[in-house]
Amino acid sequence: MSKLRLATLWLDGCSGCHMSLLDTDERLLELAAQMDIVYSPLVDTKQFPERVDVVCIEGAVSTEEDEARLRLVRQRSGLLIAMGDCAVTGNVPAMRNPLGAEAMLRAVYRESPVLAPQIPIEDLPRLHGHALPLHRFVPVDLFIPGCPPAADTLFAALAALIAGTADGLRLDTRFGA
Amino acid sequence: MSAPILTLTIDGRQVSGLASETVLQVAKENGIAIPTLCFLEGLSATGACRLCMVEIEGSPRLHPACVTPIQEGMTVTTDSKRLFGYRRAIVQLLFSERNHVCAVCVANGHCELQELARAFGIDHIAFPCRHPALEVDASHSRFVLDHNRCVLCTRCVRVCGEIEGAHTWDVKNRGIRIQIVADLDTPWGAAATCTGCGKCVHVCPTGALAEKGKSMAEMRQKRPFLPYLVANRAEERK
Ligand code: SF4
Ligand code: SF4
Ligand code: FES
Repeated sequence: MSKLRLATLWLDGCSGCHMSLLDTDERLLELAAQMDIVYSPLVDTKQFPERVDVVCIEGAVSTEEDEARLRLVRQRSGLLIAMGDCAVTGNVPAMRNPLGAEAMLRAVYRESPVLAPQIPIEDLPRLHGHALPLHRFVPVDLFIPGCPPAADTLFAALAALIAGTADGLRLDTRFGA
Repeated sequence: MSAPILTLTIDGRQVSGLASETVLQVAKENGIAIPTLCFLEGLSATGACRLCMVEIEGSPRLHPACVTPIQEGMTVTTDSKRLFGYRRAIVQLLFSERNHVCAVCVANGHCELQELARAFGIDHIAFPCRHPALEVDASHSRFVLDHNRCVLCTRCVRVCGEIEGAHTWDVKNRGIRIQIVADLDTPWGAAATCTGCGKCVHVCPTGALAEKGKSMAEMRQKRPFLPYLVANRAEERK
């Protein structure tokens, strides 16, 4: 049987969900025996492959670049998982939404006395007005709430995918878990 | 004094209760759990959240169990696909209406809204969220009101008026613009009627009302204190 091709993507999140994935510790070996991590901040590939079976996405969609990457990844992936509260609800990145991107940038980079007052724009993707969850842009196949979801939760989800028992999967997690 | 005893059917079971009781009370006495949010034992019921909606045979509409008196021979269904769908929608609409960020909330892990979402298997919010710009009133010396997390259950309004007798809290505006206000819309810290008893803080189902200095997940509400206070008051009145 060919191994499951897994990718992970890091959008507007703190990397905590990826840390939680690493927190599965020695069970990573079990997973590695049954899936190949073909693209991820944890591996060295630079281009998203033409085809993957499963992609786990951490983070909200906060910029044009995030949105473009998400849309590309959706096209190239069989199953798309929203991993963690930022991907699922917008969570902490979305706390700027009531203010709007412009006002938030001004508050942080110009009106805050301790920093050199300039708004960084060079080589940076433009912020969307709102940081939003993945399902506002593309269909999502599985939502895993949690900030971050526990290593056990992520392991349970991936193990169920490998075993083919992910349909109607009820994970023991919640918003803010 | 004694109300007549009525017989009815809830979820296919023959039960009975006093004519003065509601569907919610009789269901509870018989071990039938109906989800609630605005209702709190010891306070009057207002029917604000609609989570306790039940089906009553012969009626095309749904009825909030917490404010519906029982009737002789009525047939009540407390759980169905339709009711579950509505309840899931209500909880998601509550999340979408204001800014709920459980990960950084004082009530994380002790929140009734968060727990309802978990219990109903709500793993994302199907509706677009509104992200309104709402204020945090930190003018009180010991407590904070964060409108971002308020679900407008009015438990605070009722506990303050009915148990503490101060009636500091009330509600302004209508519809989507509704907001909890202290003393005819003054900052909480300047509200002359507030005795600082903290009862509202402990009945709040979410992290909207909290003690100052509490960090993420640290706000542990003592909600079950109400029946005790109510019982004491009844004793005194004898
Ligand atoms: S009040 Fe409850 S639902 Fe709202 S942010 Fe806090 S924990 Fe989450
Ligand atoms: S502040 Fe809390 S108790 Fe008062 S209406 Fe809002 S959610 Fe309910
Ligand atoms: S509990 Fe009955 S309407 Fe809120």
